[in-house]
Amino acid sequence: MNTELTGIILTFVLTVLLAFPLGKYMAKMFAGERTITDFMNPVERFIYRIAGIDANKPMNWKQFLMAMLSINCLWIFYAFFLFLNQSHLPLNPDGNPDMSPDLSFNTAISFVVNCNLQHYSGESGVTYFTQLFVITFLQFVSAATGIACAVALFNGLKHKTTENLGNFWSIFTRAITRVLLPISIVIAIVLAFNGTPASFDGKDTITTLQGDTVNVSRGPAAGMIAIKHLGTNGGGWFGTNSAHPFENPGYFTGMLELAAQMLIPIALLFALGFYIKRKKFAWMIFGIMTIGILILAVPTINWEMSGSPALHKMGILQSNGAMEGKEVRFGAAFSGFWSIMTTVISTGSVNAMHDSTMPMSGAMQMLAMLINAFYGGCGVGLLNYYIYIIIAVFIGGLMVGRTPEFFGHKVEAREVKIAALVTLLSAFIIKGGTALAAYYFTSHGHADWAVKPEAWLNNPGSHGFSEMFYEFTSANANNGSGFEGLGDNNIFWNLTTGLAMIFGRFLPIIGPVAIAGLLAKKKYVPETAGTLKTDSLTFGVLTFAIIIIITALSYFPPLVLGPIAEWLG
Amino acid sequence: MSTNKSTSLFEKTLLKQAFKQSFIKLNPRTMLKNPVMFTVYIGTFIMAAVCMWIAMGEASQGSLAYNLTVFIILFFTLLFANFAEAIAEARGKAQADSLRKTREDTPAKKLADGIGSKEITLVSSSQLLKGDIFLCEAGDTIPMDGEIIQGIATIDESAITGESAPVIRESGGDKSSVTGGTKVLSDRIKVRVTTEPGESFLDKMIALVEGASRQKTPNEIALTILLASFTLIFLIVCVTLKPFADYANTPITIAAFVSLYVCLIPTTIGGLLSAIGIAGMDRALRANVITKSGKAVETAGDLDTLLLDKTGTITIGNRKATHFYPANGVDAGTFTEACALSSLADETPEGKSIIELANINVNGFDTNSATFIEFTAETRSSGIDLPGGVKIRKGAFDAIKNMVTKAGNPFPEETAECVRNISSNGGTPLVVSRNNIALGVIELQDIIKPGIQERFARLRKMGVKTVMVTGDNPLTAKFIAEKAGVDDFIAEAKPEDKMNYIKKEQQGGKLVAMMGDGTNDAPALAQADVGVAMNSGTAAAKEAGNMVDLDNDPTKLIEIVEIGKQLLMTRGTLTTFSIANDVAKYFAIVPALFITSIPALQALNIMRLHSPESAILSAVIFNAIIIPLLIPLALKGVAYKPIGASALLRRNLLLYGVGGIIVPFIGIKLIDMLVALFI
Repeated sequence: MNTELTGIILTFVLTVLLAFPLGKYMAKMFAGERTITDFMNPVERFIYRIAGIDANKPMNWKQFLMAMLSINCLWIFYAFFLFLNQSHLPLNPDGNPDMSPDLSFNTAISFVVNCNLQHYSGESGVTYFTQLFVITFLQFVSAATGIACAVALFNGLKHKTTENLGNFWSIFTRAITRVLLPISIVIAIVLAFNGTPASFDGKDTITTLQGDTVNVSRGPAAGMIAIKHLGTNGGGWFGTNSAHPFENPGYFTGMLELAAQMLIPIALLFALGFYIKRKKFAWMIFGIMTIGILILAVPTINWEMSGSPALHKMGILQSNGAMEGKEVRFGAAFSGFWSIMTTVISTGSVNAMHDSTMPMSGAMQMLAMLINAFYGGCGVGLLNYYIYIIIAVFIGGLMVGRTPEFFGHKVEAREVKIAALVTLLSAFIIKGGTALAAYYFTSHGHADWAVKPEAWLNNPGSHGFSEMFYEFTSANANNGSGFEGLGDNNIFWNLTTGLAMIFGRFLPIIGPVAIAGLLAKKKYVPETAGTLKTDSLTFGVLTFAIIIIITALSYFPPLVLGPIAEWLG
Repeated sequence: MSTNKSTSLFEKTLLKQAFKQSFIKLNPRTMLKNPVMFTVYIGTFIMAAVCMWIAMGEASQGSLAYNLTVFIILFFTLLFANFAEAIAEARGKAQADSLRKTREDTPAKKLADGIGSKEITLVSSSQLLKGDIFLCEAGDTIPMDGEIIQGIATIDESAITGESAPVIRESGGDKSSVTGGTKVLSDRIKVRVTTEPGESFLDKMIALVEGASRQKTPNEIALTILLASFTLIFLIVCVTLKPFADYANTPITIAAFVSLYVCLIPTTIGGLLSAIGIAGMDRALRANVITKSGKAVETAGDLDTLLLDKTGTITIGNRKATHFYPANGVDAGTFTEACALSSLADETPEGKSIIELANINVNGFDTNSATFIEFTAETRSSGIDLPGGVKIRKGAFDAIKNMVTKAGNPFPEETAECVRNISSNGGTPLVVSRNNIALGVIELQDIIKPGIQERFARLRKMGVKTVMVTGDNPLTAKFIAEKAGVDDFIAEAKPEDKMNYIKKEQQGGKLVAMMGDGTNDAPALAQADVGVAMNSGTAAAKEAGNMVDLDNDPTKLIEIVEIGKQLLMTRGTLTTFSIANDVAKYFAIVPALFITSIPALQALNIMRLHSPESAILSAVIFNAIIIPLLIPLALKGVAYKPIGASALLRRNLLLYGVGGIIVPFIGIKLIDMLVALFI
């Protein structure tokens, strides 16, 4: 078999093999059972004491969300002010300047919401201080926020009737101390040994063979690159992200980083099965999500390996596939697979230029972000999938002639309303944002901004449309990858995508947690032969069909005008 | 009610009425009740404005004929949706009217000064008020619903039940209700009016069907919310398409925007939604069940537990003699004769069944000088004293045994054994003696209704648990329960037992239905999620339940469950169908919109539609005519098959989901071929 494909399959299989025990461990740990990480107890108790937290206090869904939102709000202000004043802070050997207010607004939100959309370049836009104490810090806490909200959902599903979704502070803290921190340390050490820098020195100067002098940025990057993948964050230390030879030195680190970003989303699926004691349900979700990913990844890998038809027409041999914008050390197939995993999982770290992938590969990357629920981001992927489940339960329940119910709780108008709103929201943000951008581009091209709208796009036509559409899709999905080729560091893009990110993050968390809380409060209805079985393959297929239909129907026109038109043209 | 069931789906008069109503319903206030169709309403007005704009000289919006066509199709889409609701209403009303016809103005013999009054005034039935008392004698038609307060009468209820056999109604008991329009055949009764004019159950039902007091059920509300959000998603699709098109330098006409929008929003289910709800109540009415709210029908589909009375539901009326077991040394013929003789004067159904089983010509006996001994609670036996001094007695085991042993005779062991056997097999043993010597045992058995086992199996597959309620002892109850295939039973049931059972089930989160008629059933009927009162029952029972069964048929509960399930399924499948349709519509319209500026999109025109205009028109026409095409399905309901939830889901997904994707591809292509002839 082709070694390129072997590498992909190996990475995937190894990840699943690691995710299974991790999921089992997480289920036990979050349930408060004895685990090997109990030595962290004193540390956690210390944190609770200095923070003044009663970690055993039960929380209903409103209290849980209030706790989550208030601390996130605080982080946004914290990050915003540090970015604004970073040049006055220590650890700035390269003398990088403060961020502009709009860029600071965008970047602060971007990292708090686990999106990591970067309208700056790591080498020149931030300092070591903000890289470490803002960005890396936020990469931990935003991932833990996602995990905590997923565990709230688990708690809602676990009990017959309960108001208690768990204590946010306790789940959040344990997610960091017992999952993110230990695994990140291991990954960071491996990365450092493979050549990723971990020093506080400023730029190095080397003299090339030609005799030119080149300044090479570096910094304490290994730790951040570990959590950037493990926490499905995706924001790179260096501007070119995981295509950079320091950030991702070789094929092995490529496999490691790819595995790290898949690890927790997959492990959470298994954790769900163990935690609520419905393993079949968890396997069904895992199966459906995996099939969904294969449907996106297989054609993409194929397109990338076959090379560009335009070059083909010119008679150029492309034995390595479409290599424009890709690193030779990763190759076409691995980069194609990475591009799907990083978009479907909402990491958004890139090891190749998505702008240069084949048009339909671009469409697949966009679809992956539009769906945003196949594995999905740390914790939030499952929450997004839960919304689709609620809609599937509602329609499926009707089709078998019963008032829809999910795990013994009747799904009624209020839950449907929330699920419908969340679905509606992404359609509104993505298409509304793209429409606004298209409007400024066509009607106000000369607007006096840092980058004039008419200069936003490197490529006109369908491809340029894809660049704008991709940007909003990525912001809304909290993915953070860019199609690139878009002049995005200006007030329009900083403000609009900033808002897209914040709404695209919190409403799809508030919605599912609220539904879980509302449902868990209801009277438990025992299952009968007439009840829709939500762990059956049929229901899995229904959920899948609903995901595809809703996404396809909502986004058919922009996909046609962007990548599909480019592909056909 | 066999005559009404044959009402064809589209009767001429109904069509006419519905046709008129579909225009009347264009009133914006009526339209506003249905958010999906209301947006189509707005779209229609926009198209009317565009047509006028073009007529005044605007050139960029395409030809007037094309725009006018779009306008007309949209207008028809609205009419079709209104028609669906109107025809459902008309059918329900026609059904209710045919019931109401039985109570046209009839003269009532009103007792002016209450029950003791001698003075009778003849008034019209419509003038009777609640609390008034009227008199009915043989041959009279009962003018109003009421409760018998004095007397007993045989009544012909065929006008409402279709059942020709007369029924007995009397004051005091559980069968004291009479219904307006039925006829007194014998005797005289005094009846107190229980409802104000215009407020009978039937009147309420008609109001429900007509929409005046129809409220959306919880499930209908949830579905409306989902549909509204789909509508909004497609509104966003269409609005944002304008800047997208500007970016792509493609002018899109208003007609195209409106058409795309109307095609994408779920007009099919939106247009049929209220018709489905009305049809559910109508189907209940066709089963001769009056529902007090649409919600009750919906709840019926969710029922988990049915409480069924044994007698009449599970078994046929009363026990029947099934076997004679003579004691050792007693000749079978002699025993049979003794059995028949003992039951000659026994007017109970059990007694009659003994004579039937004996199959002896009873007229051959000389009974003129015989003395019949009546059953008393003390002796717990009955029988006959023949002239020759022969005393034959028939009674409960211990009563006869006492009698026999008191007289100094031994009670045969094999007879006692036989009695025990019969008891443990759910039967009732009657021992027969002659001159204080035990002759043998008669076995009485409950006869389980033919086909009832299958019905219970069907219910079990639906996930519904059946519970038999009986006054029998636990042993007999258990036997019958097992034989009939019910899941649980309440033996030696008192009214409060039913209540407790219902409460227990409800605490476990289950929805419970029961049927009852007596006043002492009323609390349980009120407690049950679906309480079906028999029309013959007391006013209190009817008031407490949320459905009234005109046929007084206890098996009706089973039918009601299926009607409820059908209602929900019809909504679910048509929603799926409606959404699935959008795939084909996209493939028709989107290439048509952009083909001029991006010719490569011709590849997406997989149906090879004739031209952009014909593609858009075909999609809108398909969108419109699918509504009337689906009206029969909406009215009849999707067939419920008890094959288990997953299998049912697979079946409906395949039929309405996959079918919903494929059908419009074919439909739009065919319409396009027709439209192409004119363009």
